[in-house]
Formats: sequence, structure tokens, C-alpha cells
Amino acid sequence: MRKFLVILLSALLLISVVSFAKENALEIFSWWTGGGEEEGLQALFKLYHHYYPDVKIINAAVAGGAGTNAKAVLKTRMLGHNPPDSFQVHAGMELIDTYVIPGMMEPITWILKDMGALDKFPKAILDMCSYKGEVYSIPVNVHRANVVFYNKKIAAKIGMDQPPQTWHQFVYYLNKAKEMGYVGLALGDKNKWTSLHLFESLMLAELGPEAYNGLWKGETSFNNTGIKRALEIMKEMLKYINSDHAAMTWQDAVRLVYEGKAFATVMGDWAEGYLKTLGWTPGVEFGWFALPGTQDSFMVVSDTFGLPKGAPHRENAIKWLKLLASVEAQDIFNPIKGSIPARLDADKSKYDVYLKWSMNDFATKHLTPSIIHGSAAPEAFATALMDAINKFVSTRNVDKTFKEILMIADDNGYNTK
Amino acid sequence: MRRRLKKDTIIGIALAIPSIVAIAIFVYGFIVWTIRVSMSNWNSFSSLLRGVYKFVGFKNYIRLFQDDRFITDLWNTAFFTLFFLLGSIAIGLLLAVLLDSKIKGAQIFQNIYLFPMAVSFVVTGTVWSWIFAPGILPDDPQGINLILKKIGLDHLMWNWYTSTKHWGPFNLALIPVIVAAVWQLSGYTMAMYLAGLRSIPVEIEEAAKVDGASSWQVFWKIKFPLLKPITLSAMIILGHISLKIFDLVFAMTGSGPNFVTDMPSIYMFELTFRSNRYARGSAVAIIMLLMVAVVIIPYLVNSMKKEVRL
Repeated sequence: MRKFLVILLSALLLISVVSFAKENALEIFSWWTGGGEEEGLQALFKLYHHYYPDVKIINAAVAGGAGTNAKAVLKTRMLGHNPPDSFQVHAGMELIDTYVIPGMMEPITWILKDMGALDKFPKAILDMCSYKGEVYSIPVNVHRANVVFYNKKIAAKIGMDQPPQTWHQFVYYLNKAKEMGYVGLALGDKNKWTSLHLFESLMLAELGPEAYNGLWKGETSFNNTGIKRALEIMKEMLKYINSDHAAMTWQDAVRLVYEGKAFATVMGDWAEGYLKTLGWTPGVEFGWFALPGTQDSFMVVSDTFGLPKGAPHRENAIKWLKLLASVEAQDIFNPIKGSIPARLDADKSKYDVYLKWSMNDFATKHLTPSIIHGSAAPEAFATALMDAINKFVSTRNVDKTFKEILMIADDNGYNTK
Repeated sequence: MRRRLKKDTIIGIALAIPSIVAIAIFVYGFIVWTIRVSMSNWNSFSSLLRGVYKFVGFKNYIRLFQDDRFITDLWNTAFFTLFFLLGSIAIGLLLAVLLDSKIKGAQIFQNIYLFPMAVSFVVTGTVWSWIFAPGILPDDPQGINLILKKIGLDHLMWNWYTSTKHWGPFNLALIPVIVAAVWQLSGYTMAMYLAGLRSIPVEIEEAAKVDGASSWQVFWKIKFPLLKPITLSAMIILGHISLKIFDLVFAMTGSGPNFVTDMPSIYMFELTFRSNRYARGSAVAIIMLLMVAVVIIPYLVNSMKKEVRL
């Protein structure tokens, strides 16, 4: 009996190994496992299956930590020459610095050319996915990071009928909310990244989009009064945050706005999706505006998919990338995920009032890469800056933090003259 | 007879070889490898990929000791370990003595106290982070603060693990983390002491009582000294848990504001997997290994000596 079992088990093992190697499959790696995003991914799989019914899709998603765990797993697989067929990666340095420069990716400019889609994306976003003139990944969705979401009831109480245009106006309302017993600005920085999320938008506000984008090309120096001013404004804003910010996540901070305890929060527009799942309607219970000073910029957080060298099912992966670059797939995925398509010719009627506003701005404003969401700078720079800003939230020492930022920039080879 | 012994030895060695080889590779081999990485310039993903080894000596270690965050981590580990050991051992011993006095329902209490050990650190961390979440003081408290307010102890409300207050190098935000850790492992310490207490022959206690010793004296002069090996084992087991602690702190507080609850293991994780500074992360790993070794090796040497004597 036991012998029989052993033989059976080894036979099964052999069969599975052989069949796996031969299978007509497509392995897609991502960290889309949460509400909204997983359904979006499944919808994409369904669409792929509709066009290529004989390809078996393997969903190699890794949960947790806003992609941190997934990124670690992916690096291990890439090091071991065992890449998935295609994987999720943020546009920008997370893709270029980590995988393209070491030569692990195939250029895919030809796919977009074949489809005639090269001019359907904004040039700035394809530039983020490019290295030395070749595109290396297909942007699927776009989130905006520099947005303030606010509770409309509280806004009415403090007399805000127009979104503030300047810092002074914004601080005036924050102060008014504080005087009336509300939290001015909800912050949840238990996981540290949210304070850098706030700070990078302040940097953008004080530097302006051109100088901000110049930081990453070495054209703007980090030794810049704009960065110092951003720290000073941050210090001012920290006067209006909730005292228990270090015990909260970004969702908890958004909940403070939802529960009517806080007036506003600065968060990427995934917060809009979260407020909707809590039961609010955009424009009715909550409003939004671009962070004052960044009205003519759009801080981009974009998920893209690329083609690793040595992908086991390269043909299927190319079909997948072609599908992602199509209007059809982008319009199926994004309304579910709560983001906007990277293509400019998408069907606006499928999106809610907030996303329509965001789509307009995406098409017309300056696009700028986010630091903390992996686009602007290598991961080592982003985490070091995150630590410096985390300290700043407690110490509020502008000069010391500014010196630290200069050191971090210098360590990573940026312009600090 | 001699041939028999030889055969036994051969079989013994043959049986042991697979695990010896596995341990040699997967434990000691990787320790050596980590030391090698910690002395390299592999501080980005691309340098790791290129795989060209450049020896930089102790540069990564020196950089760590110039790093505010790492120094904070070392102090945090030291204070966490100290209070966690004291707390677990004191409470564990107290519970064991109480249960050993044959009160009614001892069996049930014993299980209740032991139960937290069966819960994962991640669960403990999450739940305690809710309990100690301060809320917005003073008007909108949460968790423990809410209880304090309801019973009129408003002045005791504070920011718990989000506080950046410190007495010298001791960050007060560590207190809630220590409470959670003690809650989890004092039951385990109790079980160890209980086993120890029950192995002490009743005759010794009776003899002491006949000689006129009070029960207090019986405990301090007889039982506690006899429990010394248990105390030592408990310190070793708890000590190596606390020096390597990651999951509890990561789930409960993370690094905390200004790194008040940060630990070397969290820094190691972030250096390696978030910043791609593999060499620097390996250096933290080696320093942690040395810290644990300082605790474990004297114990091992001590117990080996005893075995030889036996």
C-alpha cells in the first residue's frame, strides 16, 4: 500500500513538472490583492481570456505592505533568472534604475508603434517609462498624489465656499477648523510614507513643476531655498494635524474626515476610492482640490507592466502588453480600480465626477514624478528621505533636516551645488 | 562486542550526516556568506546583480555606528530586553507560585495564563496597538485612554506608543510594547517555573518546616535557589526572542515617530528590502547575531561543562 502511494505521488509530481513546462500559460506578477484592484485585475484576465481562450493565466500576486513584499519577491526571482512573464512596477526609477539599467528588460517601443499608440499617451509619462529613447513598460493606470480631500459639512461650517488657492488661505481654513474643535489636517504616518507623501507635494509647490522635475535630471540643485521653504510650510501644517498621527494609517486618517472629526487630508486619490467604499458620493459629502501651489501640476503615481528578458512565455506576454495598451482594457480596469487611464483617448463617460476632473488635469497640467511612490528617484534615496522626514515630524528642526536632505541627495549622486 | 559498537557508530554517523550537512550549509554557510556580504559594496540592486565583489572592510559597520537611527535601535533593544525579561520572569514566577499553592481551579488558570503564548505575535501586536491607540487627547480618547477617562483618571491619559518623551536614552513609547510582550510570554515563563516547582521534592519543604522555617523563608532560601537553572533557561529563551524581536513591534507600532520604537531587525528589513542596501542590512544582521551570541554562548559553555561532569 505504501509503495503504491509513493509511486503514485512521484508520478503526479513528474506529470505536474512536465505539464507546467509545456503549458501554454501566462504568469502575471503584481501586488493587486486589495479591494477594487483585485477585481480590476480579474476583469483584465477575463478580457485576455476572451481573446486568447487557450492560454492559462497564472496570477502570481503577492499581498501586503503596498507592494513592499511583492517587490522583495520579484527581486529574488529576477536575481535567480526566474522572471514572471510580466510584472507590475511603478513608472520611473523603480523600473529604470532597478531593472532596465542592469539590462534585465526588453524594450517594447515596437509594440506601441505597431499599435499606433505611441502618441496616445502623454509624452511625459512615456518618458518616465523610457531609458535612452526606448520605452520599457506600458502604463496601465494613473493616480494623482497632490490632492486634498475635505469634509463638505465642516467646510460649510468654517465658511469655505471656494477651494483655497494659496497657502495663506489654506492655513486660514485649517486654523479656523482647529478653533472650532476639529482636526485641521488628518495625517496617519504609522507606516512612515505618508509624511513624505505630504512633503513631496510641498516641495513641488515651492519649487514649481519645472524646477522639481529638474532635481531628478541634475538641472536643479537640492541646495535650494524652495526645499527649505517647503520644510517651513510643513512645520506650519504640522500644527494642525491630529496628535495620534503615529498610531494611524492613511485609511484611519481618511476615516477621521469621514467621521466628521477632521476637516481635510492630503492623500493620493486612492483615498477617493476608499471614501466611496465607505458610502460617500464625490462632490456631495466630500470635495477636493489640488494642494495649493500645485494647481498646475499633476503628481503621477502610475502602475506599469514590462517585459523581462527570458520571460518563459514571451509571445503570451506580448499579447498581454498589447491588451493593456488598448483603450478597451484601460477603460475596463480603471473604473473598477478607481484610477484614470494613462491613455488620453479613453471614454470619459465611464468615470465618476472626481476622475473626470483628474482626467482633464492629467491631459493639460505638468506631469511630475512622485518620490515616495517610486517614480522620481531610486528606492535607496526615497527610503532615506522618508526616514529624514519621519524624524522631522517629531523634531521639526528645519535646518538640521535640510542638511540631512542635502547629504542624502549627495549620497545618491544628485546636484547639491 | 567491539564490532557491534563499530557498526552502531557507523549507523549513527550515517544518520546524522544529512542534518549535519544541511546545518553546515543552511546555517553556518549562510552566516559566513552574510559576513562576506556585510563587507562588500553591494548597496544597490544593480551592484548585486553585477555580482562583482568589492571588499570594503568594516565600512558598512562604521557607517551604522554613525547612524542616529541605528544607535536609537541599540538603546531600544537594550531597554526592551531588560524590562521584558524582568517583567516576564517576575510575573511568571508569581503566577507559578500562586498556582503551585493548590488553589481551586489551578488547572483552568494555568491554561488561561499559558494561552497567549499560542497566539501569533502579529495578532498580539495588532490587538495591543488598538488597545494603546491614544485617540485625540484630551477630548476624543480611545482604548485605554477611554477607560481612564471613564473612571475619572484623566490625568493618566497620555500618548502611549506615539509619545516621543524619553528619560535619557529610554523612550517611554516602549512601555506599551513591553507590556504586550510580557503579556504574551509571562505565561510561558510561568509554565517553566511550575515544572521546576513541581520537581522539588516535598520532603525538602517538609524538613524545612519541621526546622521552623516560615513559608516565606522556604520560598526564598530553598525553592528560589533550586529554581536557578529554570531562571537561567528562561532568561536565555526570552533574551534571544527579545534581541531579535521583529513581528510584534512591526505589527504593533512600526518604527514610531522619530524611531522611538524602532528595533535593529526592522531597520535590517528596511535596509535590505526597501532601500536595496544589502551590505548594510547584512551588517545589521551580523551585529544582531553577535548580540544573541553574547547571551547564548556562556549558557552553552556552561551546560556543556555540566554534561561532561555527568
